[in-house]
Amino acid sequence: MLAYIIRRLLYAIPILIGVNLITFALFFVVNTPDDVARVHLGDKYLNEEAVANWKAARGYDKPLIYNADASGIDKFQETIFFEKSAKLFAFDFGAADDGRDIGYDIRQRMWPSLAIAIPSLIIGLLINITVAMMLAFFRASYIDIAGVIAGVTLMSISSMFYIIGGQYLISKSLHLVPISGYDEGLSAIKFLVLPIIVGLISGIGSGTRWYRTIFLEEINCDYVRTARAKGLFESVVLFKHVLKNAMIPILTGVVVILPSIFMGSLVTESFFGIPGLGSYVIDAIRAQDFAIVRAMVFLGSVLYIIGLILTDISYTLVDPRVRLG
Amino acid sequence: MIAGLISACEMQQWNNPYPDEESGKNILYSSFAARPKHLDPAQSYSSNEVQFTAQIYEPPLQYHYLKRPYQLEPLAAEWVPVPIYYDAQGNELDEGAEASLVAKAVYEIKIKPGIHYQPHPAFVRTGTQDEEHFLYHDLNNKQLGDIDVLGDFAQTASRELTAADYVYQIKRLAHPKIHSPIFGLMIEYIDGLFDYSKELGKQLEADDKAWIDLRNHELSGVEIIDRYTYRITLKAKYPQFQYWLAMPFFAPIPWEVDRFYTQPGLTKKNITLDWYPVGTGPYMLTVNNPNRQMILERNPNFRGEAYPSEGEPGDKAAGLLVDAGKTMPFIDKVVFSLEKEGIPYWNKFLQGYYDSSGVASDSFDQAVNISGGGDATLTSEMTGRGIDLLTTVATSTYYGGFNMLDPVVGGYSERARLLRRAIAIALDYEEFISIFNNGRGIPGQGPIPPGIFGHEEAINPYVYESVDGRPQRKSIEAARALLAQAGYPDGVDEKSGEPLLLYYDTAAVGPEAKATLDWWRKQFRKLNLQLVIRSTDYNRFQQKMRDGKAQIFSWGWNADYPDPENFLFLLYGPNKKAELNGENAANYINKEFDALFEDMKNLANGPERASVIKEMIDIARKDGPWLWGFHPKVFSLQHAWLKNTKPADVANNTLKYKRVDPVLRDARRAEWNSPILWPLYLIISLLAIVITPAFIAYKKRQRASALSSASPSRSERGAI
Repeated sequence: MLAYIIRRLLYAIPILIGVNLITFALFFVVNTPDDVARVHLGDKYLNEEAVANWKAARGYDKPLIYNADASGIDKFQETIFFEKSAKLFAFDFGAADDGRDIGYDIRQRMWPSLAIAIPSLIIGLLINITVAMMLAFFRASYIDIAGVIAGVTLMSISSMFYIIGGQYLISKSLHLVPISGYDEGLSAIKFLVLPIIVGLISGIGSGTRWYRTIFLEEINCDYVRTARAKGLFESVVLFKHVLKNAMIPILTGVVVILPSIFMGSLVTESFFGIPGLGSYVIDAIRAQDFAIVRAMVFLGSVLYIIGLILTDISYTLVDPRVRLG
Repeated sequence: MIAGLISACEMQQWNNPYPDEESGKNILYSSFAARPKHLDPAQSYSSNEVQFTAQIYEPPLQYHYLKRPYQLEPLAAEWVPVPIYYDAQGNELDEGAEASLVAKAVYEIKIKPGIHYQPHPAFVRTGTQDEEHFLYHDLNNKQLGDIDVLGDFAQTASRELTAADYVYQIKRLAHPKIHSPIFGLMIEYIDGLFDYSKELGKQLEADDKAWIDLRNHELSGVEIIDRYTYRITLKAKYPQFQYWLAMPFFAPIPWEVDRFYTQPGLTKKNITLDWYPVGTGPYMLTVNNPNRQMILERNPNFRGEAYPSEGEPGDKAAGLLVDAGKTMPFIDKVVFSLEKEGIPYWNKFLQGYYDSSGVASDSFDQAVNISGGGDATLTSEMTGRGIDLLTTVATSTYYGGFNMLDPVVGGYSERARLLRRAIAIALDYEEFISIFNNGRGIPGQGPIPPGIFGHEEAINPYVYESVDGRPQRKSIEAARALLAQAGYPDGVDEKSGEPLLLYYDTAAVGPEAKATLDWWRKQFRKLNLQLVIRSTDYNRFQQKMRDGKAQIFSWGWNADYPDPENFLFLLYGPNKKAELNGENAANYINKEFDALFEDMKNLANGPERASVIKEMIDIARKDGPWLWGFHPKVFSLQHAWLKNTKPADVANNTLKYKRVDPVLRDARRAEWNSPILWPLYLIISLLAIVITPAFIAYKKRQRASALSSASPSRSERGAI
């Protein structure tokens, strides 16, 4: 398995270079280094010399990707792309365009994102799997039909509706929790309740529909018929045998997102005033801060790759037939 | 679950976003929508930054809080400095000397003794009297290991403000690594500033990480006279310079602070002057987590300042002089919470968790009624909560503009003038204000907004006519007639026989901009003109403006200072945007106007200056490089427990004047926010009603035979 993991990590290097290159190209197609400088320096009383100084101070005065004036390997090294990208592979994210250390900010802001994402994931999984299992248990009954209709209805509603509706109902009308904000330690709980509830409700439709489908596929397998033939209760059949065998597709969906949950949610964090990494990315895009955008895209890619590797490893844990070679 | 979690928090109001221990405290609650980019006074220029920096830093001057028009008064200075002018031979000139004769203008500023900085680790000294050094100026890795935020430093100290600190900050404006936004402007005036920047640049070439002790580098335009006096020498007459002395750019920075923050280990931990400002003002920033909250607390070393004893007529009746003569600041702590979205912000204000609020378009109808006469009053919901409405006209102008370099709409021929006038009449800004600004604006008769000297009350005769003493936009028939005179009868170019096609350049894109852009098209259709919208992203639009490639555009300007020069320079030829990168976005050039501008900017406010301004506005109206747009009105709401609030668009250090009544606030919050629990019980009951039959059915199925379960019916198979 170790050889497999090493091989997958090596495969990741060209992928990350490619991701970095695409991010770089997309960013600088829209924003020239001059544009970035102007955004940071403001519009008033701005002259070309100030723009040039700002670019020089942050290394944006070099050619984008190929330096024709340099010689040898410097043709590629004396460029914005190389200087801004090479250190990423050592997880040195450098400084944002306003001078702040990006690594420090990421370490600070990952916790609020996790504070929402982890409970949302765990409670969501429990609810979705339980409800899906119950729907499978009552398959083809009125309960199942009602559950399917409710699931499709919940899936069809925009997440924005849940957020605004939740804020209106729970915070504004019933005065049960703060409408937005964040605090540290246990004081954060009162701010997390609403975003977590909103996240759970908005995800329950798609989650239960997905897991119900998985369970219904398993229910028609031979081993289930055998278990029933042995006289096992239906609940035992479902929760012991079906659930265990349905773990592979469930793991596919869950483990792959595990590392990236700390990247945060863009919309939820913005609406609830949660100072996580999701809002960090949004702020950076608005401020045209390429250094942060690049770092976060790179980090997201790394985490996604790790998620995929973890998924493969988890297969071997839940299905003894799977061997990684 | 909600009830359980919340009751664990033991709160008085469950939706209270603040800690319970803050109840009854003398705290003001406010918000901010975006992280301030800079808090270093040499760099900070945005309005969302100055709401913090203005409370912390003390430049020599400030604006009187209550008097209008705005008046400068001393802040850290003993008095408002009067410039002394000299000619090229060094002879002193009188105050009204012609600008062309003035070779230098000298401002001698004397600051008040006994002003002290807020407590800060940069000032902590240690060692014996003979070998005294600063405890935190050479931090090693071990010391840095225990430091994450500024509050982690065990010791703080202070020292008295001196003139040298002001001089140090002016030198910082030229520091190549600081990129001060006013450096480009100030090199035109402060003697030697440009060369000073070059000198520092050379030193940085040798080691760009090293701290440069600016005390060792002399700047010819700034000198220390004595401990409390310094002198600024300008290369020309620039009466508006005194307004800059009321901005944080000219606030003091002690060399110790600069030295302290230049340590690389602190920069790596994001402990910089941009993050932790150091000042002598009434407040100091004690928490800077702009991802969540920023907190200003009373500076224990603040000397105290008396609340003004006089103001405008009506201020006394408005209760703005109740605290006259009392020592400020009144509030102990100001909590700013990050609030990016309008809905939570507005609802928190209504719940009493913010003490004041703006009025967004989404909530305008809920808050404000506009009468037929255009007067704004609060809705019964707002008055029922004891909320007050404050309105003021912003010292800003939003206008449509013609690129005067454009071959069709630009230029100074009669044909082009008539075309521009016709469009100016057709573009109904009264309608625009009504639709898109909820009536919050005054159509512009000229570039200078109300409240600024030189504001033109008389109507623009090229666009309006007087009906019953009130300005009324000329009829569309008049505009069509002008269009025909210009050679475009019914929107067709007489010369080519082709319909006239015009272009509106804008950075507005997406569905949100559709209504506005449709409005623009509709205005031109009144003249049978086809308007093509050239939407692009913000960067491309700015580039187009810098290149002089736009045709018709919208633009705006917020005043830096309350002087007509700061608006009229938007039409000053040498200030054009194309090629010269100035603020004259229309690239308007009129020699007569420019000559008058040169005179006007050096005159003191008075009849002569008013006359020159009127002449200038008449010229601009005749040429019509602008569509004249509107001056926005600012509406703000405040709860009954917030006192001493007067809109002050130009003055920013206003927190020290404000006062809150925390007892009233607590009472209102309790009244407005008691939790409503019956829906929770209802939901639990409903869940029980739903789950009970499901549970019965579950038990029933459990008892069913395995055989029946193993043979799903046709419908069951189809349920997948």
